[in-house]
Amino acid sequence: MSSYFAQEVPLSWYLLLSAALFSLGVVGFLIKRNLITVFMSIELMLNGVNLSFVTFAQQWHAVKGQIFVFFVMMVAAAEAAVGLAIIIAVFRARATLAVDRIDLMKL
Amino acid sequence: MHLILFLVFAGFCLGGAINLLIQSHPINSALSLIVVMVSLAVLYLLLGAEFLAAAQVIVYAGAIMVLFTFVVMLLNAGREARTMGSRAARSVGFPAVVAILAVIATVILHAQGLGVARLSDGITSTEELSTVLFTKLLLPFEVTSVLILIAILGAVALARHDDTDPQGSAERTDK
Repeated sequence: MSSYFAQEVPLSWYLLLSAALFSLGVVGFLIKRNLITVFMSIELMLNGVNLSFVTFAQQWHAVKGQIFVFFVMMVAAAEAAVGLAIIIAVFRARATLAVDRIDLMKL
Repeated sequence: MHLILFLVFAGFCLGGAINLLIQSHPINSALSLIVVMVSLAVLYLLLGAEFLAAAQVIVYAGAIMVLFTFVVMLLNAGREARTMGSRAARSVGFPAVVAILAVIATVILHAQGLGVARLSDGITSTEELSTVLFTKLLLPFEVTSVLILIAILGAVALARHDDTDPQGSAERTDK
């Protein structure tokens, strides 16, 4: 970096932030034990990927990258609606949100 | 200015994401996820995506996270047991995460031709975006509306009580 008050930021920094957000989402998916927070970790991963889409759209001056993010947002909204409905149904059936105790399909 | 804004909001992003992991109460995790999403909206604006910044605030930080906090409060989700993941997660998951992050970081740092983002690059206007969306990509857009419709129907069907409760039918006959 030439100066601290530089007017520009390398796009690789944005990509590194996106990779870090995605990895934190994966770690959250692995260590969280509440069904809702596991679901939130998935949203975090989606957001990390969206950031890299926007970054590459900026790099290539392509509008389609941003439109793809728009579609990802729509799918995430649909996914959140259905997923939270499933969580409510699971809670009604099992009276718990702990993923360790929702193990009917476990081998 | 751009660098300062980037560093501040990237810090908010990472701090919120780490806070999501270390908080044991789901409502705190949900609030820190809102922080992450709003800071991402600012980063989108820095990258010149004005429509996506607005959509990020409205759709993600607004609609989706309100749904999350609503469900957390509805189910009265309590404090979760603190674990460090299952045996499979420790033996396979965490090394895999570290490996993926290392590979991605190496590729990004060695990539040639990655440009820089400036505030003077200009923004992609909503008009520009919608021209492509409603001409070249009209079919995917319309298919998305069908997807949203199916999601609504699925959510209603899943969250509905299966048994007919006597109170609900009594209210219906009162009308």
